[in-house]
Amino acid sequence: MRYKLAGVLAAASLLLSGGLASAQTVMRIGLNDDPDSIDPALSQAFVTRIVLTTFCDKLFDIDAKLGFVPRLAESYEWSEDGKALTFKLRPNVVFHDGEPLNAEAVKYNIQRNQTIEGTFRKPELAPIKSVDVVDELTVRLNLDAPSAPLVSIFADRAGMMVSPKAAEALGVNFGSAPVCAGPFKFVSRVPQGRIIFEKFKDYWDVDNIHIDRVEMLAVNDPTVRLSNLQSGQFDLIERLSPTDVKQVEADANLKLARAPDIGYGYVQFNVGNGARAEKMKDQRVREAIDLSIDREALVNVAFEGLYAGGDQVIAPGSFYHDERPVQKRDVERAKQLLKEAGQENFTFEMMVRPDRDFQVPAQVMQSMLAESGINMVINTTENVTQLEAARQGNFESYMSFWSGRVDPDGNTFAFYTCKSANNRMGYCNPKVEELLTKARQTIDPEARKAIYKEALDLKYHDRPDLSLWYRQLFMAMSSKVENYHLFPDGLIRLQGVKIN
Amino acid sequence: MTLGGFMLRRLASIIPTLIFVSIIVFSLQQLIPGDPAIAMAGDELNDEAVQEIRVKYGFDQPFYVQYFKWIGNVVVGDFGASYRNKMEVLDLILTKLPVTLQLAVFSMIVALIIGIPTGIIAATHKDSFIGTAANLFALTGVSIPHFWLGIMLILLFSVNLGLLPSSGYVPPWEDLRQNLLSLIMPSIVLGTGVAGVITRHTRGAMLQVLSSDYVRTARAKGVAERIVVSKHALRNALIPVITLSTIEFGQLLSGAILTEQIFSIPGFGKLIVDAVFFREYAVVQGVVMVTATLFILLNFVADILYFVVNPRMRSANG
Repeated sequence: MRYKLAGVLAAASLLLSGGLASAQTVMRIGLNDDPDSIDPALSQAFVTRIVLTTFCDKLFDIDAKLGFVPRLAESYEWSEDGKALTFKLRPNVVFHDGEPLNAEAVKYNIQRNQTIEGTFRKPELAPIKSVDVVDELTVRLNLDAPSAPLVSIFADRAGMMVSPKAAEALGVNFGSAPVCAGPFKFVSRVPQGRIIFEKFKDYWDVDNIHIDRVEMLAVNDPTVRLSNLQSGQFDLIERLSPTDVKQVEADANLKLARAPDIGYGYVQFNVGNGARAEKMKDQRVREAIDLSIDREALVNVAFEGLYAGGDQVIAPGSFYHDERPVQKRDVERAKQLLKEAGQENFTFEMMVRPDRDFQVPAQVMQSMLAESGINMVINTTENVTQLEAARQGNFESYMSFWSGRVDPDGNTFAFYTCKSANNRMGYCNPKVEELLTKARQTIDPEARKAIYKEALDLKYHDRPDLSLWYRQLFMAMSSKVENYHLFPDGLIRLQGVKIN
Repeated sequence: MTLGGFMLRRLASIIPTLIFVSIIVFSLQQLIPGDPAIAMAGDELNDEAVQEIRVKYGFDQPFYVQYFKWIGNVVVGDFGASYRNKMEVLDLILTKLPVTLQLAVFSMIVALIIGIPTGIIAATHKDSFIGTAANLFALTGVSIPHFWLGIMLILLFSVNLGLLPSSGYVPPWEDLRQNLLSLIMPSIVLGTGVAGVITRHTRGAMLQVLSSDYVRTARAKGVAERIVVSKHALRNALIPVITLSTIEFGQLLSGAILTEQIFSIPGFGKLIVDAVFFREYAVVQGVVMVTATLFILLNFVADILYFVVNPRMRSANG
């Protein structure tokens, strides 16, 4: 009898658990590539930002117009002299391990991001000299000089707070079992396989979370990724290829989300980096190249007309974007410039990655330049080789893509100041450097915008590089997914999202 | 020669082979263009940070120093760690091995089920339409690109018919049914390619055996053709097929790069491709060493099987 009862109970519990399991709402997301370490301090890849967003809340977030909205921090305040930034934290927030999120935890995170072995956050946090815990929920960052981009830094990976207790215990292996204060908590990860999260019941904004479980899987090929969405294996896929947009729009079972991206495709010239800088030194030659390009035609051919042709490093949509028309093509003027420079049969080499999104625009550019009498030789080079050649100055020009930063400093300072990390061009204009440094230290947005315009107008005249297109972001999802909003940073925010 | 003696002799030759493989693997890594320190630093770190990475990982040291340091650690089971996801290489390998092994076994089963009967038919009907069709089938299996076949299968069985999962891998201990379903299409893609090779070799070996004296004798004695083929000829014809199958199986173990990419199966293939792109030397070296060792061991097994099924080997070696 006792066995029978046990059997009935077991069967009932099985049924119940089966019933519960089927009631679970699962969001399955197809990623473009496999993330690196899912540790905010040690991650570098864009895709990892998507994964981190699922379970690591930031102090601030951005909205659709690139403004800042409070998350773990309720507000920020600059001191009069701009040398101190104070955050007020949201009360009653806990990490997935139950530890409190307080000023001490924020201080720990900033120091961890600055010092942990292999950190990629160190350069971003360089302006911070010390951190004061003012009270349980107030933390003050002390700086040597004002640093306007700092708030935006805390709306990205440096603002993702990890549990100090878990971080201490795991060290550089924190990414193997990360603990944050986001809407979902980490369950498991198989490298190159699935990453699984489940809803965090004590999340501070839990009423806004309508999904119980999130599964992510990288599928590298965009066509295969889309097939997976069509077959119902995924509910949402990121970075849909522009060539697949029409197919998604025609499918009644699918929906499309689009947003202008803050990233842009560009060509950099070697104007002062090592032995191969001589070729592209003449500004007239670079201007002739610029004038030979029809950006609108380029995006029409290379990206189905879905991206926007552009010549700025701050994409439209940003407050700091300069509302001026895009550079028009002028082949006659280009020829004249080449003649003046004594370079009527100009030949140069461009390193281009093998990916379709670089090869096709490069080929379009090549044929456009040919009409001005410029012979552009495409040298197909894989990513790491290109990075190495660029660092060593072993190039004449190369085509690449910058994912863009919310704050204009991230798209300018590291590229156009004389000795900075991303300046592979060897470009050095002291006036530009002075202005970009000033913009960095100017807190008032209007004043800052004017400084950026002045600096970038000089840069656009010098043309050490050329922006060519602004990307559009596309995400495709099942028509069952509701309330998903795509922001210009391309991340997947699941707050408010429902699956019917 | 006894089986024991034979095994000892073979085992003794494995160690120098492995040392040779380790040197080759290590040298090839050095030849790939692109500095691993730069791959690690990416876009945003400055040159000083790159130099720090170089020193930390010992990339600034001479080749032989790096090699001996690495091989010294490998001997005690330390393959280093992945700098991208911070996992120990050995753990990564152990996570992937069951996946790759299962896919390889399933693909091999598909290959053998298709390859051997088709090969026999191609040999026994060599001058007829059926034989030509079997040959054509083998040729198609070898020639169809895995990538194309994979996408076509996904479109048919996942998108249109909704019968099979189009990607991902579920471990058998989590959900056996899903595990089997998720491996059907990848095994077919990989298996048909190998089946083509096995068909051709089975056909060749069968034709040779079928024209040999003892088969003629069997036929002259009035043994039924079915028995001649299945009992007399096939057993001998299978010897080269066994060797071939172990080699093919070894190749499957080194990772079915494209197939794993299409179906997002977290096996060796996907691991090694990502590792090469990010210049994760430790991972590439670890995986190649492990697969090379497995490959060599498989050959060793094939040799023993050969020794067991073929009595002439014993006298030849004795």
